Formats: sequence, C-alpha cells, structure tokens
Amino acid sequence: MTAIPLPEPIATPWRLPRRGPVGMLLFIVAEVSIFGVFVTTYLNYIGRSLTGPTPAEVLHFPVAMTVALLSSSATIHLANGALRRGATTRFLGFWLATILLGAGFLLGTAREWHELIFDHHLTIRTNLFGSTYYALVGLHASHVVAGMVLLLIVATFGLAGRVRPAHVERTDVLSLYWHFVDVVWIVVVTVVYVIGR
Amino acid sequence: MTTTKFPLTVDIDESEPSVLDRVHEWIVTVDHKRLGIMYISLALVFLVVGGIEATLIRVQLAVPDAHFISPEVFNTLFTMHGTTMVFLMGMPILAGFANYLVPLQIGARDLAFPRLNSFAFWITCFGGLLLYSSYITAQALYGGAPAPDFGWFGYAPLTEPTYSRGNAADYWIIGLIIVGFGSIAGAVNVGTTILTMRTKGMTLGRMPLFTWITLVTQGMILIVVSPLTAVLILLFLDRALGAHIFDTQAGGSAVLWRHFFWWFGHPEVYVLMLPGFGFVSEIIPVFSRKVIFGYPVMVAATVAIGFISMSVWAHHMFAVGMSPAANTFFAVSTGLVGIPTGIKLFNWIGTMWGGRIRMTTAMLFCIAFLLQFLCAGITGVMLAIVPFDWQLTETYFVVAHFHFVLIGGLIFTVFAAFYYWFPKATGRMLDERLGKWHFWLFLIGFNLTFIPQHFAGMLGMPRRIYTFLPERGLELWNLVSSVGVPFQLAGVAFLLWNMIRSFRRGAVAGSDPWDAWTLEWATSSPPAEYNFAELPVVHSRRPLWDLKHPEDPDWQYE
Repeated sequence: MTAIPLPEPIATPWRLPRRGPVGMLLFIVAEVSIFGVFVTTYLNYIGRSLTGPTPAEVLHFPVAMTVALLSSSATIHLANGALRRGATTRFLGFWLATILLGAGFLLGTAREWHELIFDHHLTIRTNLFGSTYYALVGLHASHVVAGMVLLLIVATFGLAGRVRPAHVERTDVLSLYWHFVDVVWIVVVTVVYVIGR
Repeated sequence: MTTTKFPLTVDIDESEPSVLDRVHEWIVTVDHKRLGIMYISLALVFLVVGGIEATLIRVQLAVPDAHFISPEVFNTLFTMHGTTMVFLMGMPILAGFANYLVPLQIGARDLAFPRLNSFAFWITCFGGLLLYSSYITAQALYGGAPAPDFGWFGYAPLTEPTYSRGNAADYWIIGLIIVGFGSIAGAVNVGTTILTMRTKGMTLGRMPLFTWITLVTQGMILIVVSPLTAVLILLFLDRALGAHIFDTQAGGSAVLWRHFFWWFGHPEVYVLMLPGFGFVSEIIPVFSRKVIFGYPVMVAATVAIGFISMSVWAHHMFAVGMSPAANTFFAVSTGLVGIPTGIKLFNWIGTMWGGRIRMTTAMLFCIAFLLQFLCAGITGVMLAIVPFDWQLTETYFVVAHFHFVLIGGLIFTVFAAFYYWFPKATGRMLDERLGKWHFWLFLIGFNLTFIPQHFAGMLGMPRRIYTFLPERGLELWNLVSSVGVPFQLAGVAFLLWNMIRSFRRGAVAGSDPWDAWTLEWATSSPPAEYNFAELPVVHSRRPLWDLKHPEDPDWQYE
C-alpha cells in the first residue's frame, strides 16, 4: 500500500473564553428578561391606579441611595484591581467599602418603605402603583441582598486571610453580577422616579 | 529493610454493590450522562401521566352528551395535561438529550457546572412533584378545585383569588416557578458548555447541527422562559400578598397577562421544536449516507427562527381586539417564520435526494416527521391569517394544529432520537422489529386522532368543551379521534417494552453501530465516566469521517 501524500490541514489557533464569566453573562441575560417583565408592568400601569396615593405625592428622588450603589461599582472594581496586583490588604479595604455602600443602599430602601407604609399608607394592596412599585423595587432590592450575601462570604474568607491573587478569576465573576445590579438600578430609578413621577 | 514486590497487591472490593448503593450513586451523581438519562426518565414518567389524562379526555369526548367524568374533573384534566406535556415532559426530555449529547458531541469531559446540573435536575423533578401534590393536598376547603382548572395558559383573571378559590392555583404557580428555575439553570449550563468547552479545532462552524441548535435553544430559554417565571411571581404577589397586577376590578389588565404569557408561550413552541430539528439533522444524513445539505444555511435558518419567533406572540391574541396595525404586523411576522422553516424542510429533502437511504426505525420516524410537520406548518400559516383565525381560534382546529406540531413534529423526532442514541447510552441496540410495530401503530393512531379534529374544529367545536350535543355533525369526527388513542397507547407500550427488553437482551452495539460521523460515536457505548480517553483534533464537520477515511478527509472540501 502506498501512502498518498496529503496536505496537512491548517491548524486552528485554539483559545476559548473562561466559563465563569460566560456563565454569569448568560445568567444576566435571563435576569434582564425577568426585569424586563417587571419594568414593562410598571410602565404599563403608570397613572392607571383607581385610588391614591400617586407617585408624585409620595416619592422623592433617592439621591443618597443612588450615589451609594453607583460608588460601590467603583469600589468593587478597585478591589479586584488590587487583588490582581497582589495587594490583598488594599483589596479587603475596598471590598468592605463595597459592602458598606451596599448596606447603606438597603438602609435607604428600608427607610423609604417605612415612610411609605406608615406615613403615606401605601402598601402592596393599596393600588396598582403600590403593587407595581413594591414588586419592581423589591425585586431589585432582593438582588442587592443576594449580592450582599455573596460579598460577605468573600469578605469572611478575606478576613481569614484566605483570598489570594489567583482567586481574582472568581471575584471578577461576582463583580459582573454586582455591576449588573447597579445598571438595573439606573433603569429602575429612571422608570420609577423620573418617568413614573 | 522491606522489599517491595511487584505487582503490588491491593485489596479491591470486587463484590457487587448493593441496590441501595446503586440508588445512592444515581442520587448523588453530577455526571452529565446519568443526569441526562434521569431527565429523560422523568419526562417519560410524565409522558405516561399526561397520556393518561389525554386518554380520559378522549374517552369523555368519544360520544355526544357523555358523563364519564364530571365537568370539574374534566377541567383539571385538560389543564394538567397541557401543563404536564409542556413543562414536565417536553422541557425535561430535551434538557435530557442536551445534557447527554452536547458534551459528547463537542468532546468535553462534562458540562461546565456539573453541580449546577444536578441542582437543575432535582429542582425540576421536585417542581413537578409539587405541582402534582395539588391533587392530594389542595383540598377543596374553600369550594375550589382539587387541581388547577383554568387551562394551561392560566388567563387572568381566572387565576385571581376571586375566581380560583382554594390553593390549586398556588400549586400551579409555585410548581412552575420552580421548574422555571431549573430551566434557567440548565440553559446557563449547557450554553456555557458549548461556548467554552469545545475540543481543539471545533470552531462554531464545525459544530454538529444538534449542538448548534441546542445553543440557539438555550439562548431562547434565557430570553423567553425566564419572563414566565417573572410573570408567575407577579401573579403570586396578587394571590399571596393581595397585589392588583392582574386584578381587573382594581384597574389591572387581563390583556397584559396574555401578552406576557404568549411572549413566553409562542417562542416556547420553538424551544420545544428546534431540538427536534436537531435530531433530524443528525439522523437523516447518517441514514442517507450523505453530508447534510446546506449546513451554513441550516445554521442561519435556526438563528432566524430564533429571532423571528420572538416577534410573533400576539397571533394568539387576534380575537382580543388589537389594532389593525398590530394584527397586520403579527400576521406578517408569523408568515415570515415559515420561510426559514421551509428552508430546513427542503434541506432535509436535499440531503435524502440521491442518497443510499437506510430505512431504519429512526429514519422512518424522521420521514413521517417531514410529512406531518409540513401539515402542521401549513395549518400554522392558515391560522396566521387574521380573518381565518377569528373564525377558528379556540376551536379544535387549533388543537389539531398544535398537536401536529408537538406530536407529529416533536414527539416523532424524539422517538427517532431514542432509536438512534439508545445504543450509545446503553451499549445495546433497540429491536428493529418491535420498533416497526411501534412506528406503524403510533403513526396510524396519531393521524386517526388528530386529522379528524381539524374537521370538528371547522364545524365549530370549541376546545376545552366538556361534551357536545348529538346531530351537530360532530359525532363521527370525535369517535374516530378517540378510536386513534388505543393505537397510540399500544405504540408507546411497544417502545417501553422494547427499551426494557433491549436493555437486557438487545444486540451489542459497539461504539459506532450506524457508521456515523460525529464525536459521540468515537467513544465506547456506554461512554466511560470521563467520556473520551483521547480526542482527535477536529478539522471538519465530520471528525469521524476524517479518521475513517484519511485518504479523503472532509476538510479538503469545506
């Protein structure tokens, strides 16, 4: 049997993305669709409530909350940058700052809800505005809570001295989620406090 | 000083593991192949449950003015039949095939997140069990039904506390939310696997078509199935916390629910149907001994179907009273989706054209699929025509149409997939003689049941109706329709018997019984836990052909 000389196939350069960020991005696609439903519902029911109170009467633009949450995106970015360079103490500082800013945001939500419920008597049962407001803001707040739990787990490892520069692959994935929660807040603020008022 | 003797003697426990150990192994497994088989088994259980419900419905409707079951039970039956077949049979069986086949086809060790995979399976399983526990535990304390009874698309305000008393609707909502989480987790996992874990050389343009189609399907699940979870959460806020989102008495909108539901519900049909296209695209070339005709066009058509299917949802709502502009838009977009689907049909025929066709059971199911899916597509385009739809919406014509899609289309391809991949999963061939019995019985039964329903629908028989009066011209169609049921049941019984029998005594398959070309046939049957001991570098769409025919490899022509 004679061997037929064949041209070798051209080698394909082979490099695939890491699965952590890809998985998180796909999850974010699903999350965008979920928020899409809540936002559409909110927009659809603006001004359709049969009884008061109305958004214009009771809502104030949440300046401090927005500043806190948006700054936390910057601090988590700085934290991961520090970890990548091996500055673990600096990483821990920025990471804890992120948690504090997130907690500040949740405190703001709690105060706002307290005021709405006890001063303005707006609950989820009151009218369509109440139903859609608590649904949308509550969905976002629950995402912040979920993010806080994950941030706290990393912080616990960090305080125990177990977070090493190699772990930046994982904290990067978490920061993707945190940035997403931030971006959604911009949408929620626009819909609820700008368009809706 | 001790001396070491070779070979080393190691105590290996060679006794057979006990039954309990084996069950434990399956419960704690994170292996994609085992989870795939578990998904498919779960789906088969629910196929039987949903089939029994359908049988009861057909018995009730066999003759006019029958009272075989009560109207209340009838309402729960058609609701649970639809819910079961879509969420507990269709979704899990396709998740099972994706689980089993995708890592093997792309040459990966497992899915990207094996533990997430196990989580997704178990949460789907328990979601289904929770939904069905409604029958046992949702006692009609408040004069409500023992199980959901508002139809599988749960139109508002029927699901509001005012109209659905008791807890049956809550079981439905929570069950589906949980199953939805399982779907999202599965889609993230399979999608990530395809994007990040392909073996060396397998570019997107060289992926097997089943894998390509699965990738598109996972994207669609993320975009259209997650909104259903969201809208169910909103509905649950209404029921549990007293919100008014779909409460028409407080200004809420019933039409909004319809938009949300069909935004999910229509693309869902393609989420179910596309994997069927994937099976056919793998099976027809192998049994025609030809390369798939028009691979790039097939991929493009799949992506086009994915996109267009998200702009057609309101063709389910022509009777709601939308504006003429909206009606026109949705009629046109629905017609458009027929184009890529038609391209696919022609490509499959083009693949068979001039091929050396092997009429195995799998191939027979594929050919029947081509014809029946064509009928389903044609009635689909008919229903996209607005005035036609105004006449026939919510009649048995629609029932016949989507059963032609989901049984004549999807289930036939799933059966083909069973015959094609069973040897890979078990190492044994399914029996061809029993397979032919299964095929012919099911083919006859399916057509007997569903062709007459077109005519009953055109004569004005509404869907979901409890019974009908004599002398309206409906007796014959309904009787024939019910006569088809035992044929279908017998067909499925042949399949189940064939699977049990062949699992024990079937012919040994070997790694590549069909002389196929994709990577899953490069490993042993059943594959070892690690899938592949070694993998070839992929240079073309048919890596196994290249290995078998080094003198004439595919990559010279691609």
